[in-house]
Amino acid sequence: MLSMKADVVVIGGGPAGLAAALSCHRYGIRDIIILERDSHLGGILQQCIHNGFGLHWFGEELTGPEYAQRFIDQVEKAQIPYLLDTMVVDIDEDKRVYAVNPKHGPIEIQARAVILAMGCRERTRGALMIPGGRPAGVYTAGMAQRLINIEGYMPGREVVILGSGDIGLIMARRLTWEGANVKMVCEIMPYSTGLIRNIRQCLEDYGIPIRFKHTVIKIHGRERLEGVTVAQVDDARRPIPGTEEYVPCDTLLLSVGLIPENELSQKANVQLDPVTGGPVVDEYRQTSVPGIFACGNVLHVHDLVDYVSEEAEIAGYGVWRYLNGLASQYGQHVDRRVKIETGYGVRYVVPQRILGEEDVELFFRSDNIYDDGVVELTDGQRLLASKKFLRIVPGQMERFKIKKQALSGIKPGGRLLIRWRNLA
Amino acid sequence: MELICILCPRGCRMNVEPGGDGQWEVKGNGCSRGKGYAVQEMTCPLRTLTTSVWVEGGTHRLVSAKTDRSIPRDKIMEALKQTKGLKVKAPVNIGDVLVENIAGTGANLVATRKVDKVVLA
Ligand SMILES: Cc1cc2nc3c(=O)[nH]c(=O)nc-3n(C[C@H](O)[C@H](O)[C@H](O)COP(=O)(O)OP(=O)(O)OC[C@H]3O[C@@H](n4cnc5c(N)ncnc54)[C@H](O)[C@@H]3O)c2cc1C
Ligand code: SF4
Repeated sequence: MLSMKADVVVIGGGPAGLAAALSCHRYGIRDIIILERDSHLGGILQQCIHNGFGLHWFGEELTGPEYAQRFIDQVEKAQIPYLLDTMVVDIDEDKRVYAVNPKHGPIEIQARAVILAMGCRERTRGALMIPGGRPAGVYTAGMAQRLINIEGYMPGREVVILGSGDIGLIMARRLTWEGANVKMVCEIMPYSTGLIRNIRQCLEDYGIPIRFKHTVIKIHGRERLEGVTVAQVDDARRPIPGTEEYVPCDTLLLSVGLIPENELSQKANVQLDPVTGGPVVDEYRQTSVPGIFACGNVLHVHDLVDYVSEEAEIAGYGVWRYLNGLASQYGQHVDRRVKIETGYGVRYVVPQRILGEEDVELFFRSDNIYDDGVVELTDGQRLLASKKFLRIVPGQMERFKIKKQALSGIKPGGRLLIRWRNLA
Repeated sequence: MELICILCPRGCRMNVEPGGDGQWEVKGNGCSRGKGYAVQEMTCPLRTLTTSVWVEGGTHRLVSAKTDRSIPRDKIMEALKQTKGLKVKAPVNIGDVLVENIAGTGANLVATRKVDKVVLA
């Protein structure tokens, strides 16, 4: 067994892990190691070959692999060590990280700080419970993306896509370009969570219909998928009898959401937020376990990788503070951090805890579409901060900056509320 | 025809109809950029093509690629046909030109991923 020590262990070599490691390096930390289970760095971006990445971070439009490569190049230049084909299997509260790889066998690393950057996984059919057999031809959209873009294998010819998230939309176009017939996209909600740009360029350009308030209620076929039954749903998302329609197809893609990958976090007893599915963190992205940090899709699902990179920078700063004894008291006898609760219109907020010693930026998602209003932060009596929005939609993460001064009077261990208020 | 502007998060819902003398009448645009977009979309929509191309002797089977600028949407299928049987040799670097002047658009198809050569032990 290989046994070693490190100041910082980064778990996951995707955009979050790479940017977090680089951020630590910029703050002068040198004893860092990145552990990645795949045979290359870059994470899920290597299969996202379409463009649209990097507009915020690099000010130019890049494809996924190009965006990833910029960070990989910087990591190489900074000579930050990494281990590939290395799967982390366990972490404990004392920040001992256990991993395995074919070269070293089992590895144990005692870390002073750990950054969780494991990304997310896709929801599968099991999470949806669509009745029917288990024929071949049912894929998650990301799996199909990997097959086509990395392996060069075409999953099928006659396709139905369930879910109108961006990955599903991108795949509708990719499959069309590869000669498949994409028959329709079914979306259970009355709106799409995908970008308008993707609706336009991936569906409308190719005349692919999107059916709102529709879902797949049955899968047909034994060995290979032969078709699906789709139906309209009511406001409670129950199928409406009489609206069923049989659609022949050999492939069904599921693009029904992503879930942060937190099995490891749970092993370390990190507290999770039931809404985001990721850890509860403070403004330095420190979890409930002192010295364990999280960033990227493992924390909450981001729509834009640019925001992942930004969050990873913050985590690197947090680690630097922690290693220099500046971190919060959280997890020790007194927790000075203030809890932020969500009120009307707000589905979740990250960070969920704040110390308020510096300016803080809150990232939130709405639970519905709202026009013309303000998002407010209050302590129950006083309004601490507010920001106007013309429109907020669940598919887009919004940001809300709070000045340190606005937080000056808040009680340690107290509560704040973030909520939406309509102006019209 | 209804068109949603994608240039900024406001996402204005515009209505575009042909006016007289080859002009377009645009309504609902929150700013002038929206009008330009609407007219471009009605006359010659431009898109970036991204795809992957087979690699021989590389550490990966495929290399991802894009057109180095956007091309007319009508040319996408023709461009894809040109990449179909294509096989390039490793190593490939980001920015390497894989197809010059693809589908006569003036744009080049360039690699977006690095693929190293396999070294046989
Ligand atoms: C299918 C798909 C399509 C997307 N399309 C877009 C898009 O069009 N535009 C956009 O801006 N964003 C897109 N995103 C989001 C963007 O890719 C993510 O925001 C970004 O990749 C998240 O970075 P990350 O580092 O948090 O996660 P990831 O990129 O998923 O990286 C996590 C890494 O951790 C590794 N890992 C996980 N568990 C372990 C373990 N136990 N031990 C060792 N290593 C481990 C994984 O192998 C992986 O390399 C997409 C995401 C997905 C899933
Ligand atoms: S028309 Fe102008 S304001 Fe409206 S979405 Fe387009 S760029 Fe934004």
